[in-house]
Amino acid sequence: MHLAYPAVLAALLFCTGVYGVLARRNAILVLMSVELMLNAVNLNLVAFDVWLSRTARDTLHSGQALTLFTIAIAAAEIGIGLAIVLAVYRNRGTSDIDRLRDTAEGHEPDGPESEGAETDGRDSHDPDSDARTAGPADRAGKAEATA
Amino acid sequence: MTTTTLAVLVPLLPFLGAAAGLLLGRTAPGFVRPLAVMPPLASLVLAVLVAVRQGGDRAVDAATELTPTGSVPIELALHIDGFAALVAVLVAFVASCVQIYSTGYLRDDPRYPSYAALVSLFTSAMLLVVYSGDLIVLLVGWEIMGICSYFLVGHYWETPEARAASIKAFLVTKLGDVPFLIGLFALATDAGSFRITKVLDTVASGGLDHPTLIALLLLAGVAGKSAQFPLHTWLPDAMAGPTPVSALIHAATMVAAGVYFVARLLPVFEASQAAMVVLAVMASVTMVGSGLAALAQDDIKRVLAYSTIGQLGYMTGALAVGDRGAAVFHLLSHGAFKALLFLAAGVIMHASGTNSLAAMSRMGNLRDRVPDAFWTMTVALLALAAIPPFSGFFSKESVLGAAEHVATGHTEHAPGAAGWTVLVAGLLTALLTAAYATRLWLLAFRGHGAEAPDHGRQPRTMTVVLWVLAVPSLALGGLAYRSLPGWFDGRDLTPTLTTSVLGTGVALVGGIVTYGAWRHTSTLAAGVPLGAVAAHPEGDAGLVEAEAIASHAPAYGDVASAPDPADPGRILLGPLHRHAAVGFHLDAVYATLFVRPVQAAASLVRFLDREVVETYVRGAGALPRLLGTAVRRAQTGNVQTYVSALLAGTVVLAVAALLVATGA
Amino acid sequence: MTLAAAAATAAHALAVPASAAHPTLTTAAAETHGFLSPTGVEVAFLLVGLVTFGAALVTVTTRQLVHAALWLVVTLGGLAVEYLLLTAEFIAWVQVLIYVGSVVVLLLFGLMLTKAPIGRSPDADSGNRWAALTVAVAAAAALVWVVVDAFRATWIDLDGPAAGTTAVTGASLFQNWVLPFEALSVLLLAALVGAIVLSRKAKAESSSPPVNSRTITESSPSVPDSRNHTIGGNGPVEGTGPAKQEGAR
Repeated sequence: MHLAYPAVLAALLFCTGVYGVLARRNAILVLMSVELMLNAVNLNLVAFDVWLSRTARDTLHSGQALTLFTIAIAAAEIGIGLAIVLAVYRNRGTSDIDRLRDTAEGHEPDGPESEGAETDGRDSHDPDSDARTAGPADRAGKAEATA
Repeated sequence: MTTTTLAVLVPLLPFLGAAAGLLLGRTAPGFVRPLAVMPPLASLVLAVLVAVRQGGDRAVDAATELTPTGSVPIELALHIDGFAALVAVLVAFVASCVQIYSTGYLRDDPRYPSYAALVSLFTSAMLLVVYSGDLIVLLVGWEIMGICSYFLVGHYWETPEARAASIKAFLVTKLGDVPFLIGLFALATDAGSFRITKVLDTVASGGLDHPTLIALLLLAGVAGKSAQFPLHTWLPDAMAGPTPVSALIHAATMVAAGVYFVARLLPVFEASQAAMVVLAVMASVTMVGSGLAALAQDDIKRVLAYSTIGQLGYMTGALAVGDRGAAVFHLLSHGAFKALLFLAAGVIMHASGTNSLAAMSRMGNLRDRVPDAFWTMTVALLALAAIPPFSGFFSKESVLGAAEHVATGHTEHAPGAAGWTVLVAGLLTALLTAAYATRLWLLAFRGHGAEAPDHGRQPRTMTVVLWVLAVPSLALGGLAYRSLPGWFDGRDLTPTLTTSVLGTGVALVGGIVTYGAWRHTSTLAAGVPLGAVAAHPEGDAGLVEAEAIASHAPAYGDVASAPDPADPGRILLGPLHRHAAVGFHLDAVYATLFVRPVQAAASLVRFLDREVVETYVRGAGALPRLLGTAVRRAQTGNVQTYVSALLAGTVVLAVAALLVATGA
Repeated sequence: MTLAAAAATAAHALAVPASAAHPTLTTAAAETHGFLSPTGVEVAFLLVGLVTFGAALVTVTTRQLVHAALWLVVTLGGLAVEYLLLTAEFIAWVQVLIYVGSVVVLLLFGLMLTKAPIGRSPDADSGNRWAALTVAVAAAAALVWVVVDAFRATWIDLDGPAAGTTAVTGASLFQNWVLPFEALSVLLLAALVGAIVLSRKAKAESSSPPVNSRTITESSPSVPDSRNHTIGGNGPVEGTGPAKQEGAR
């Protein structure tokens, strides 16, 4: 088999993964795309290992061993990554990557992404302010007032 | 111990005392007073030992070069001749008296530890100047004295007068020190060494290339330190400091340093006739002007300050006629009685609660309240007025005798014009001195009116010191004038008949005229009530003095004078009084000539800095700020954008690298 | 074309021991097998590869989040088949077991836990998609160009004993790679601990009254619409939420 086939397939899969990482909004979809990229690399590793083991009489099988390692590391990565996404979701109420913009220069919560009245600049600059739980609390306060 | 070791210990002990006092001042307050008093006393003992061993014989010289310092070597050198030995004894003596007196005078002062340490450092610096055989080491002590005087004059820094006075003292003396430093360098360059002995050898062999220039440059520094016209204006203002500091500055350190320096390097000055004439004119103007000004002062300490300037004028006058023996003789006797005058004035101010003579003249019974101060001050004033047989008589007569000697052409190491100038001015000043001494005595002790407020008994430390100082004021001159020539140049210091009669005569005339004027005006005193008194029965003397100084300007309209028609000085001076009270407007002249231009230049510089330079700076900052704003917009916080840019860049770089690698 | 020559040189450089030991091998293979002379394995590889690539494209473009995960299964499974075709059978089964079996399940759980909307969500792609497309296409073009240029004549001989049987892989793994293998187990353990720590609720949150968790569940339906909230998970101010509620009560 021509080596070009798996190599080209790996390149295409990798770039698909790149597109996914750059274009997807949901963090879990981004993780999926990362998996795609990792798999593309794996395919490369396997193909070249098979090629080398025949052509160069290579008995070390470093490509396949590395593939196994990559798979294991990818599994660990997906576990940690999902845990982080869940933590972010729990704290921020969203897992959309382009809403997590606290590092923006002159971070203004009244920018294009937020029209929420209850989030003012002070809240967003203060990482400890709990606007999400404060919101229901305010609602509860209003309910108390109307009752 | 060798004489050299003893001599090294003399300035070292007060220095160590100062360091220890500064270190332990807060943590161990119990050690502060012993640490303040013991080092000067030990130094006094050692200085006496050094003087006895030296005995006026050949000078003790010792030098060690710590490290090579370039073309002209700087050495740690001692040069102890008769002048140095005796002046050191005086310095240590007065410093010991001042330290003992201060323990009583400032007994409740919270800043006493630092005060005592600074006085010790001051003493140490003066002793260093006295013993040093190297001009640079001398300069070190000279400058340390400058900074110590700054701190000590500003001891009551809560009052604006003290702050202004300390800065003025510092600036004016530094103004003299700059030419002084240049002069020292010029001298060392000509002589090839900073060692005083080598400099004097060079001068003796005629190796000095620019004697006039060097002498005039050095004179500027001397005028600043010794408060000679025209750089004397800091000294009356320095009265804003505590009285013991004034005593120290006026009697033993600081102002004595200038005279002592000229005495030590007199051959350098003698090499230039012009310098001697300048010195003589400077001394004469200083003497007469300060005598007139002293007659118009209301603050008792300012009277004494102007009298110091006048007496220093006598010393520089003696130097101008080439007789350093007479100058140092007067320095010694003046140190004793002037320290006594100041310390007694401190006692009087404590007892009366004011520093104003006008207020004192309206107090009855002040004499009985402070008998020690009364008697000792009487002795000191008689010495000041040069009435025989007090010590001031002998020293002043030696100065006048030397001047007459030169004026009549008996010697050639000073121009005759200088002799005449000094002689005439000296006689005139003798008249004025007696006048203001009498005025001071009459106003302070012969007042009529209400009882002085009771501030309790004076501390024993203060009164005992007065009596200790009264002894040399009374007897030093008479006992010493025969033996002193052996310590000095060997020139006779015995009073000559002509000058004695003339001097004493004019002094008596001055005293009697002042007494007559006082008899005439004292009746007016009752009609014009005047005075403000700081009443702190429990406060220590320093507190009372600080309040008195701070309240003088609000109470009398001026820090120096009071609108008192009962003042005999007013009658004696006539229309001159108004000008004499403000030191002949010298401060105003300086303000016009120097302060205003400097302030105008400063505001110009501030304008240039704020408006012109700042504009350029802001303009230079505007473009980067705009660029920064533009770049800041790229920081959207969206991670995907960042990664996109990163990967795009990577792709571009990779393609570029490929193209380059393939040579396409 | 000089680029092809250079890329071939680069490939030779990569395979230096190979070309040094057998200088004629690659050229012989290139002579025997043309660029487009498909064997049966190649045809199968190509077809499965097309399916895999298509599934990957759907994965990164679909608007239904759960579908993306399911299409990812197809992609990963297709890759497993490709491994089989490359005679790497052990890797293929590991791929099926771990990726298809566990990773995708994990991802699905993640989607569920983050309340990913079922059905089409119009905003699955961010505003960055055109830039992403440009970058991805450019990268793909560059990579494919280079790879094809370098390896268009390189031949993998798939005959003979399989290169990736379990026996061969196991022998290699436990003879040559045993130390990294053990180190990997430590890494997995660390990842396990890290995932537990991260997904555990923060201490302040867990110690706060159940009110807090109730508010979370209450507010959660509105979460996808919630704006750029910045909410701290821990810290002293965290207590203000419950405190406010207590005050409101």
